[in-house]
Amino acid sequence: MLRLALRMLLRDARAGELRVLALGLVLAVGGVASVAFFADRVRQALTREAHQVLGADVLMTADHAWTPEFRDEIARRGLSRAESMTFVSMARAGNETLLAAVKAVSPGYPLRGKLRIAPGLNLPDADSDAVPPPGTVWLDERMMAALKVRRGDAIEVGRARFRVGAVLTLEPDRGVSFMNFAPRLMIRLEDLPATGLVQPGSRINYQLLAAGEREGIRQFEQWARARLARGERIDSLENARPEVRAGLDRAQSFLGLTAMLAVVLSAVAVALGTRRYTQRHLDGYAVMRCIGASQSQLFALFAWEFLLLAFGASLAGCALGFLVQNLVALWLAGLIPGLLPPPGLSPVLQGAATGLVLLLGFALPPLLQLKDVPALRVIRRDVGPPKQGALAVYILGLAAVFGLLLWHAGELRLASYVFGGFAAAFGLFAAIAYGALRLIGRFGRTGSVSWHYGLANLLRRPRANAVQIVAIAVGLTAILLLTMIRGDLLDAWRGRLPPDAPDRFLVNIQPEQRQPLAEFLERNGVKGLQTFPMVRARLVAINGRPVGAEDFSEERAKRQIEREFNLTYLSALPADNKLSEGAWFGAEDIARGAVSIEHWIAERFGIRVGDTLEFLSAGRSFSAPVTSVRKLDWDSMRPNFFFITTPAMLESFPASYIASFHAPAGDALLTSRLSQAFPNLTVIDVSVILRQLQLVMDQLIGAVQLVFLFALGAGVLVLYAALLATQDERTHEAAVMRALGARRAQVLAAQRAEFAVLGAIAGFLGSLGATAIGWTLATRVFQLDFIWNGWVWLAGPALGLACIVLNAWAGARAALSRPPMAALREVI
Amino acid sequence: MATGLSKVVQLNESTASGTPGANELVILQDISLEVMPGEAVAIVGASGSGKSTLLGLLAGLDTPSSGAVQLDGADLFGLDEDGRAALRARLLGFVFQSFQLLPALNALENVMLPLELAGEAGAADRGAKMLARVGLAERLRHYPKTLSGGEQQRVALARAFVTQPKLLLADEPTGNLDAATGASVIELMFEMNAEARTTLVLVTHDEAIASRCRRKIRLVAGHIDGEG
Repeated sequence: MLRLALRMLLRDARAGELRVLALGLVLAVGGVASVAFFADRVRQALTREAHQVLGADVLMTADHAWTPEFRDEIARRGLSRAESMTFVSMARAGNETLLAAVKAVSPGYPLRGKLRIAPGLNLPDADSDAVPPPGTVWLDERMMAALKVRRGDAIEVGRARFRVGAVLTLEPDRGVSFMNFAPRLMIRLEDLPATGLVQPGSRINYQLLAAGEREGIRQFEQWARARLARGERIDSLENARPEVRAGLDRAQSFLGLTAMLAVVLSAVAVALGTRRYTQRHLDGYAVMRCIGASQSQLFALFAWEFLLLAFGASLAGCALGFLVQNLVALWLAGLIPGLLPPPGLSPVLQGAATGLVLLLGFALPPLLQLKDVPALRVIRRDVGPPKQGALAVYILGLAAVFGLLLWHAGELRLASYVFGGFAAAFGLFAAIAYGALRLIGRFGRTGSVSWHYGLANLLRRPRANAVQIVAIAVGLTAILLLTMIRGDLLDAWRGRLPPDAPDRFLVNIQPEQRQPLAEFLERNGVKGLQTFPMVRARLVAINGRPVGAEDFSEERAKRQIEREFNLTYLSALPADNKLSEGAWFGAEDIARGAVSIEHWIAERFGIRVGDTLEFLSAGRSFSAPVTSVRKLDWDSMRPNFFFITTPAMLESFPASYIASFHAPAGDALLTSRLSQAFPNLTVIDVSVILRQLQLVMDQLIGAVQLVFLFALGAGVLVLYAALLATQDERTHEAAVMRALGARRAQVLAAQRAEFAVLGAIAGFLGSLGATAIGWTLATRVFQLDFIWNGWVWLAGPALGLACIVLNAWAGARAALSRPPMAALREVI
Repeated sequence: MATGLSKVVQLNESTASGTPGANELVILQDISLEVMPGEAVAIVGASGSGKSTLLGLLAGLDTPSSGAVQLDGADLFGLDEDGRAALRARLLGFVFQSFQLLPALNALENVMLPLELAGEAGAADRGAKMLARVGLAERLRHYPKTLSGGEQQRVALARAFVTQPKLLLADEPTGNLDAATGASVIELMFEMNAEARTTLVLVTHDEAIASRCRRKIRLVAGHIDGEG
């Protein structure tokens, strides 16, 4: 039986019977596999990219020197290692002195990402593969400006003298931490002893950096975590940089959704392909029954044939997927610096499993139905094929699609959302298409013969045509979504970090300085400075119970509870904060006093709405109930506060103010002029970090765009398969028309009329679908502002009408070029 | 009259009251019919008289609402569907009005198909020989759509005879052919029938073709109206 199935498969393939189905499967598997391959590699690369913000795959920090045990373990596991020490010290150049954040680094630092340096202020910078040479310091722009030094000038740090070697423009692992207030001074680790700054009791942070292949790193991290002593910690991406993590999460959501979209589109293509295949084999099936094949024999024959097909197509699809993703990786090489990690094996399995599940899900029910094809059909044409109850037939297929979505999404909720969304869209599309056809049937039957005949054709089988419209609409939805909405979504994403995002923070502004400061900045091109009051306070009790480091197991919580938090007071919710629980301050809260708390802090300390918090500031304590929990927009680059109180509670406490603004381009000296005019202010320059963030975001967006291309291909395939679905019938109709004396032009005009209506309805539905999905994605999934795109409403119907061209391509003309009798004989 | 065992076909008062999926109710009323080995029987009648339904009953493709059909002594409707299929494989050859060649298979493969389905050896050789017999030795690899109507029906004849059936059922075999081609196909069919000494039941509305059969049964509105 297997041999006969193989023979039948080859015969079908040779005769071109499998072209649509096989192509659909190959592209489906290829699409899914390449998305998986690519997503896998990009995800690895993105994670590595994101590791740049640590400067390593694992960053370990301690308040004392690391024991050799850790260094040896890194070497033993074949990982690369670097070290750094950071502390704050005075630096002196000529008459100028400045408090500098000194970082002494070993050769090889950073292990991930690169330092960038420039020969002087406002000169173009470039990647550096090295660390400062012996006897040399690299200073950041702020330090160069403040110390008024240039390359080659002398500078003293502790007891040692250095030469200024370069301007340090980018340091990948410099976080947006407020601990990094002071400007950077970087030296070589070997030069550190000469400064004499490392003394017992000095406040120094010791960093140990490790990098290497994924598994080795994972094992090392596990090993190291078990051996951390007091004052030692491991920074991972999860707790290092919330703003980068937000970008990564968003990119992964985009990738995941794209893969799911590819799955759904492939499913539609395979369903259409299978339907066509089984319909074309109805007669063959009946004939074989006549010449003595049993039902079970035929079922086995077709089942084997399909299994073999699935196997072959999966193989070809995986090969295609691998090839394509390699090409894309080449392309991407310019986008993501460094080599992409090699792809794993799991995408192959993912692709193959997807192909098999899709084919069986959609082919098995029609195959089972073939059993009911009456053999009598061979002598009595009026004995029709079994009714294809659409829903009943595709329940298995739908289940298969849901399973695949669940697998790709990795969570029930998202998979249900996507599946439910598509199911609802299909239902709505079908209803609108059917209704539109009926409406046209009632009111639109005028005009030329061809137009009339074309419409009659449409109305003769409104259900089948509604199905075809839905299929075309789905293909168009995908294409519109991917080409137009994608741009809008990505723009909205990019818009979250606009070029004029604040890049300077001002801390320690005194109340009486607010006005002069705003005026000073306005003269320097900065308008509308917004300041926030800041009161430092410790959290001392939750619900009357005193809290301290010993109450928390998490290292970060321990550290935070021991320190003072920066509190602010406001009566209005900041624009980029979103409430996740409770309600913002009402009149009653304002009168009685209340606190709003950030949700990570709430989770970390186990605080809930309704809890009462007690703070201690400048020897005075105050308490208030928590009335809301806020989610902060970590990539907004605006001052964010873990705790916000009602104004009356904090107004009487001594406060300083904090502000952020975007410095006008090309004014490297603004910061130092500001420091001169307001000596007590601390100016924090995050422009470098901001630039780095924008770079990472651009790369993420680029990668996401490339993945979209695959889903786009699947959309076009669906379109093609949908058009091909009714080709046999149309060929036959054309033959009948021509046999009745219609001219070629008339037949073509009739088909054009039919497809014009079909395409216009489908195009409108496509616009509707793309807009609805785009809106949902923007507002529900990615928390972005939806940009309304009017072009979609023109592009949808235009694309739908372009289907006429595709239809001609799909074979209408070929059918017409043959003698009508040939077509009649073949299809009857 | 020979004994029941030697009859190839025996219909006893069979009634068919409509068929599933049919648009109209086609009824055969109490049809009884016996066909002896080697006989050639023509069933004639106007369109809608029940000819095709009768043929469907004989082949076990349709089920009678009452009565019984025996093929080569076996009770056709005492068997299940697969049993009937096996019986067809063993006994029957078919020729259809619309040829019913599988479009994805070439001429040779179409002829080989029944042998392959039955798991018989030497399908290719036997198929090629049979195609040579119908004059298509040069066209083994041609697909149905590249063959003329007459050629397609010759392939169908080869497919019908390749299993050496006891009974050949032919349903308007010239219905889709022009007169000259139809005549030559009929000629070939009777020749092969004689050579293989196959029993033939032929449904036609063409009196000329019918008259080449020894028996002629006329159906009118589901009744046997006479035999000549």
